[in-house]
Amino acid sequence: MNTNALLDLLEKDARLTVTDLADMLEEEEDTVRAEVKRLENDKIICGYHTVINYNRGLKDEKVMAFIEVDCRPTRDRGYDKTARLIASYPEVSTMYLLSGDCDFLCLVEGKTMFEVARFVYDKISAVEDVTSTKTLFVLKEYKKNGIMMKDEDEKKNVRLVVTP
Amino acid sequence: MTKPINHTVREMKPSGIRKFFDLASTMEGVISLGVGEPDFATPWHICESAIDSMIDGNTHYTANRGLIQLREEIARFHEERYGQIYDPEKEIIVTVGGSEGVDLTMRTLVDPGDEVIVLDPNYVAYAPAIELAGGTAVPIRITKEHEFKLLPEDLAAAITDRTKAIILNFPSNPTGGVMTAEDYAKLVPILKESGIYVISDEIYAELLFDGEFASLAQFPEIRDQVIVINGFSKAFAMTGWRLGYLLAPAALSSMMNKVHQYVIMAAPTPAQYAAIQALKEGIPDIEAMREDYRRRRNLLVRRLNRMGLPTIMPHGTFYVFPDITSTGLSSEEFCAALLDSQKVACVPGTAFGESGEGHIRISYAYSLDHIKEACDRMEQFLGELRPTDARMADTADIEEE
Repeated sequence: MNTNALLDLLEKDARLTVTDLADMLEEEEDTVRAEVKRLENDKIICGYHTVINYNRGLKDEKVMAFIEVDCRPTRDRGYDKTARLIASYPEVSTMYLLSGDCDFLCLVEGKTMFEVARFVYDKISAVEDVTSTKTLFVLKEYKKNGIMMKDEDEKKNVRLVVTP
Repeated sequence: MTKPINHTVREMKPSGIRKFFDLASTMEGVISLGVGEPDFATPWHICESAIDSMIDGNTHYTANRGLIQLREEIARFHEERYGQIYDPEKEIIVTVGGSEGVDLTMRTLVDPGDEVIVLDPNYVAYAPAIELAGGTAVPIRITKEHEFKLLPEDLAAAITDRTKAIILNFPSNPTGGVMTAEDYAKLVPILKESGIYVISDEIYAELLFDGEFASLAQFPEIRDQVIVINGFSKAFAMTGWRLGYLLAPAALSSMMNKVHQYVIMAAPTPAQYAAIQALKEGIPDIEAMREDYRRRRNLLVRRLNRMGLPTIMPHGTFYVFPDITSTGLSSEEFCAALLDSQKVACVPGTAFGESGEGHIRISYAYSLDHIKEACDRMEQFLGELRPTDARMADTADIEEE
């Protein structure tokens, strides 16, 4: 069983059925089912998400901001202790430790700009060992998880129904 | 009263594919499986090279044979990937798509009364190009039983005193069939003895999923007889750029270049710059697209077999050529009924020659969701077409190849 190929397919489209996956990978359905189960159990597959284009205004508005966070590393545990404290907040959807000017980059989501701002100064700034934060609000999403976020009036690329 | 136009043109039939799809395009909600071009956009770094070339002011004619930098890249690419050795100065002509290559070779080789062998079924443009040059197309039937390969005995039987050339297209549109080096080796003595030219249209060379690509151009004993047609359309998803090329021994190439310089002058310049980039940096793109096509092919072939349409697993191209004879319908009837009942458009096998009867051509140059939707509709169609028990019996018998 080619696990990388299986992960590659599921990463692009988590809705593929076991039958589809088995057909594409030339495997038996049971083999694929067992492998997906194993990957889920081993937390290699950690979850399944839907990519939503908020530009299209179909759902309640959402405000996103990237927060650059600097902190003092703690003895023995380095950055991990502070990282866990910050990452535990449900408002933080994604978080990385970076090289370069800032230590952490957190993606924070909220309903309003005020809600996001308050979260930053009330919660993140108040975390022990955090020395500074910088908030960068997202104005527009162009591409997410490899998918282009198209505006409503953008034309589809047309191929002829048939080529000679 | 006006004078009659050219006789050959007047008598020429429009492409069978187009005829069928003119009908499809008048209907609402049709999903097509008919397209013969990649669904991928041209990789962006390739587009950028064309844009950069225009910013740099490279908007003039190039040499007739094309930019020397491009011809050098073509030579390198063919040597490294296929072991085909051609001199960029004297043996390569950059053409307007592979299509121009077909026309140029026929104009250069064929005299009125000559015969040119084509495989049946095969790509729709060969016979008209032969006829426009004054020749006659002589079909050799290729069949599913032999994995749509050309057999040496059939080749030998088709060659007459009037035979000038044979046009091959492997991996093959519409069947997806391929020829291996061993398959070709059996043809070489026959070709050598007869002295006929071979036009090898290798436009799908990079869309080979299993095994190693082989070509008659790799046999030194017939090098003087072989002309390779290739291009950027299928491998690099560059159909709209209209760029191909011809590889041929110097003597032939210089003759073809005479026709090319008067008819075309030179291929479009920005497209040539894009093509240089494609050959230099585009291999990872080819590989990524090929993997995508492979998975779609696997899904489509399994589903077609499960729904009772025996389909061999093709080793190349983005077409499958299922056998629909179990439905009792002809290819055209099947496609018309499928379009009418489920609004799925496929191409009848007969559009590619009489031997395509009993088959339909399905392209999988579509997104996975599109292919799955089309399969669901075809299952529905077949379910309505035949009683349940017959379908069950059929499905049980069919083994994937």
